[in-house]
Amino acid sequence: MAKVTLKEIAHSYSGFSENPDDYALKKLDLTWRDGGAYALLGPSGCGKTTLLNIISGLLTPTKGQVLFNDQDVTRLPTEQRNIAQIFQFPVIYDTMTVFQNLAFPLKNRGRTKEEIEPRVIELAKMLGLEKDLYTKAQHLTADAKQKISLGRGLIRQSVNAILFDEPLTVIDPQLKWELRSQLKFLHKKFGFTMIYVTHDQTEALTFADEVIVMYEGEIVQVGTPEALFERPEHTFVGYFIGSPGMNIVPCRLQGHRATIDGHEIVLSQSYENIPVDARIEIGVRPEYLRLAPPNSEGEGLPVQIIKVDDIGRYKIVRVGLNERIFNVVMTELSGMTGDTARLLFDIDHTNIYVNAQLITGEKR
Amino acid sequence: MIVKQTNQKAWFMVLPVFLVVAFSAIIPLMTVVNYSVQDTFGNNQFFWVGMDWFKDLIHSERFHSAFLRQLMFSGIILLIEIPLGIVIALAMPKKGWGVPVCLISMALPLLIPWNVVGTIWQIFGRVDIGLLGHTLASLGINYNYTQDPIAAWITIIIMDVWHWTSLVVLLAYAGLCSIPDAYYQAAKIDGASRLSVFRYIQLPKMQRVLLIAILLRFMDSFMIYTEPFVITGGGPGNSTTFMSIDLVKMAIGQFDLGPAAAMSLVYFLVILLLCWVFYTVMSNIGEESSNGGA
Amino acid sequence: MQLELRNLCKKVGKEFHISDVSLTFAAGSLNILLGPTLAGKTSLMRLMAGLDRPTSGTIHVDDRDVTGVPVQKRHVAMVYQQFINYPNLTVFENIASPLRIAGVATAEIKERVAKVAALLKLEKMLGRLPQELSGGQQQRTALARALVKGAELVLLDEPLANLDYKLREELREELPRIFSATGSIFVYATTEPSEALLLGGNTASLHQGRVTQFGKTIEVFTRPHNLITAQTLSDPPLNLLPVTKLNNRMLYKSHVEVPLLGPLPHLPDDDYTIAFRPHHLFLHRNSDKAIAVNAKVAVTEITGSESYVHLDVAGVRWVLLARGIHHIDINETIEIFLDPDKFYVYDRNDTLVVTPEAVTGA
Repeated sequence: MAKVTLKEIAHSYSGFSENPDDYALKKLDLTWRDGGAYALLGPSGCGKTTLLNIISGLLTPTKGQVLFNDQDVTRLPTEQRNIAQIFQFPVIYDTMTVFQNLAFPLKNRGRTKEEIEPRVIELAKMLGLEKDLYTKAQHLTADAKQKISLGRGLIRQSVNAILFDEPLTVIDPQLKWELRSQLKFLHKKFGFTMIYVTHDQTEALTFADEVIVMYEGEIVQVGTPEALFERPEHTFVGYFIGSPGMNIVPCRLQGHRATIDGHEIVLSQSYENIPVDARIEIGVRPEYLRLAPPNSEGEGLPVQIIKVDDIGRYKIVRVGLNERIFNVVMTELSGMTGDTARLLFDIDHTNIYVNAQLITGEKR
Repeated sequence: MIVKQTNQKAWFMVLPVFLVVAFSAIIPLMTVVNYSVQDTFGNNQFFWVGMDWFKDLIHSERFHSAFLRQLMFSGIILLIEIPLGIVIALAMPKKGWGVPVCLISMALPLLIPWNVVGTIWQIFGRVDIGLLGHTLASLGINYNYTQDPIAAWITIIIMDVWHWTSLVVLLAYAGLCSIPDAYYQAAKIDGASRLSVFRYIQLPKMQRVLLIAILLRFMDSFMIYTEPFVITGGGPGNSTTFMSIDLVKMAIGQFDLGPAAAMSLVYFLVILLLCWVFYTVMSNIGEESSNGGA
Repeated sequence: MQLELRNLCKKVGKEFHISDVSLTFAAGSLNILLGPTLAGKTSLMRLMAGLDRPTSGTIHVDDRDVTGVPVQKRHVAMVYQQFINYPNLTVFENIASPLRIAGVATAEIKERVAKVAALLKLEKMLGRLPQELSGGQQQRTALARALVKGAELVLLDEPLANLDYKLREELREELPRIFSATGSIFVYATTEPSEALLLGGNTASLHQGRVTQFGKTIEVFTRPHNLITAQTLSDPPLNLLPVTKLNNRMLYKSHVEVPLLGPLPHLPDDDYTIAFRPHHLFLHRNSDKAIAVNAKVAVTEITGSESYVHLDVAGVRWVLLARGIHHIDINETIEIFLDPDKFYVYDRNDTLVVTPEAVTGA
């Protein structure tokens, strides 16, 4: 287990360049504590896999250093960094049984049979593979194979970090649950430093203590799942996290009043000193909006109900005010007849963004 | 009832091919079968002998030695060429300018007409004017492929290795290139030695390709005619008289059409049997790996 | 056009990839095939398209038997998981390709391509090559190509699976609008129940080559006729409790007592499986009828706004979904509450005998 530090890392696939556009990864600094679970979350092309490969040693960064426990490993090849990596598709040794697959890393490091056997059996039990221990690995299902890949990473007692590159891609949704919770459980039990790359926000938020949201080679926000949900510091984070994402709508701002298309909302904070030509937007998650019957006087925005999607657990209601569209998450739609309603904001969870960045005002 | 409206037009497209194959393969084959059950004194007079030629053949000392010689030859060829081909393929670069250079130099021996290959080595090995023969003689080694059976065998084997190993190399290389990088990375992380990487990742993933290579090399070496004929003519004595050479000697040299026809049929059936065995093994392996894949 | 499948079977080697499937798709409908990998979704779509012939059974289009008709004659379009486009043709040419093959006039091609491109928001990309586009745009191109020929049947085999999560959401939002703009029958295969629910339409739940239920998606979700359908439609997985009722008592594993509340007293003596959804398991007592159970926490997962608590209850693994953030430690024993009004009960033959009260009115 190790503390991982990234110091002024930047990477360009075309080698050293003065042009910032050539950089797949713009300059970033990160410190990850020993034994933490971290997720790199972002859309395709945001640089998360590049960053993972820099940590694992498959890529040498154009600029900057990688440190494990304050030791510079930037120029060290993968096999000397003492890490484990799990890939998108299961990587197993076809000709070996499950037992032999799991034992392989220990065998290569010269451990004796007496040391290997109990560890393999214990790990297999934790992963739910004990029944298939002596079956040839290539005959198992995709999720079992991925568990074997995972097992090979965990079998060594002293890895600096375990890196996951979208490991649940080939797994069915039903089995994703099992694997995810097993991963979390194993993390709590063994306490390895784990770094998980994904574009799926549910995976990132459920797995990690801290999530690093990336976009176009830059880190946009680092925070706990709760912080990212409640206070996204950038409109991209608001949009990317949450299904559906945050509603972000342009507005005009005066003190503690926001105006959307002429309709006023009273906010919980007061904002001063906004630059004149800045882009001002109001951001509120669908979970913090409510619909009331159309005759509720004065409160909220008058909206048209465009569509209602029932996904069993709750309903997603799409409403519109002129050209502005809002998604609202509600469990019940009682009292909603007709196709108009009033949209109510939970102002304690309503954020204001200036030029896509979150600003904090004075509490009233 | 299911109304079968399947399109039958495709059969017409097959017809020309069918006719060509019939003319060039099936009808000649039937002719051979015809000859194998008859005897002739020339003048196109044939009379029926039934299975006599086949019986003679099975008990023929000459046929047995040719057959055994052939098997030994094919066996040695496979034992050398397959491992050598794999080793060369492993050494070839996967990226960069070295790739086309290597591929072209590997392909060159395969492009040379076979009798030219035979001629090259025939001259190469001559003690008086050949580079190899002369060098060996000046080193004091008694090398004469026209008189020494061992030297003859070694020359033919080396010639075949020079000529055909490239095929194994190219096939193995293709197989190696299809292995995703992630496997090598995982092996590095697992601390696997180079030998382990070969044994547990590369060899299993090359299985299907290698089977094709073995099948092709076996069939070609089993049928070999041109090159050894050009170099040694089947000699010294009959130490390099492989099956095809023996067959041609009998059919054209001795004009014993009956026994020759019988021998070629037996030859044909042996190859058919071995191909069937290979095919069954290959499709079983294919099934196994597709069952294992999710 | 109406598509009808009657008793379709497909045997490959010794295995039945499709067993006795009978379905009817009405014109202009969106039909979802939902099931795990290898359930038979792709096999079934290939049979519908005419790419494979069934071992037995027939396929009818408007009462006409088309079982033997090859795919070229069937007015079918297909979209795959991998974005399949002609790599050296521009987006315009890609979309136009089926029309060119059919010999449509150039002016008409331009008009139809423009219309479909507008529908899929590709107007600005028409001059680009597929490799210059993002994944989402490539898949839109493939979709446009499928739609432009006005095929009567459009098959989509997990088309969004290779897209990023957010792109998937965006495209999925647009799909119902795109589907209703043409009048074709759409058949959409997916492994994710939430996708089926978001798309609406009808859903056929597939399991090992059989259709376990077919109907309006929300109905299949709220009233699954058998346990397999209930489990296929559930994400997170359904919580199960196998029980036996004997002499007015309900027992789990023959010694743990389950209080006879809600619909349970009315059941005849037999073996049953009780099933309920993760969000119908609670951390707090919310009604008098709530059944309290002690459970050991295996692990807790926190999304930004909700918590998934994985529990071990007398040897069975359950998932509890609670709103808000709850940090509960591993191996902590907590009290959880079941709501019998939300139980689904299945008898020993796997048939539904009880549905949650709130649903029965629907």
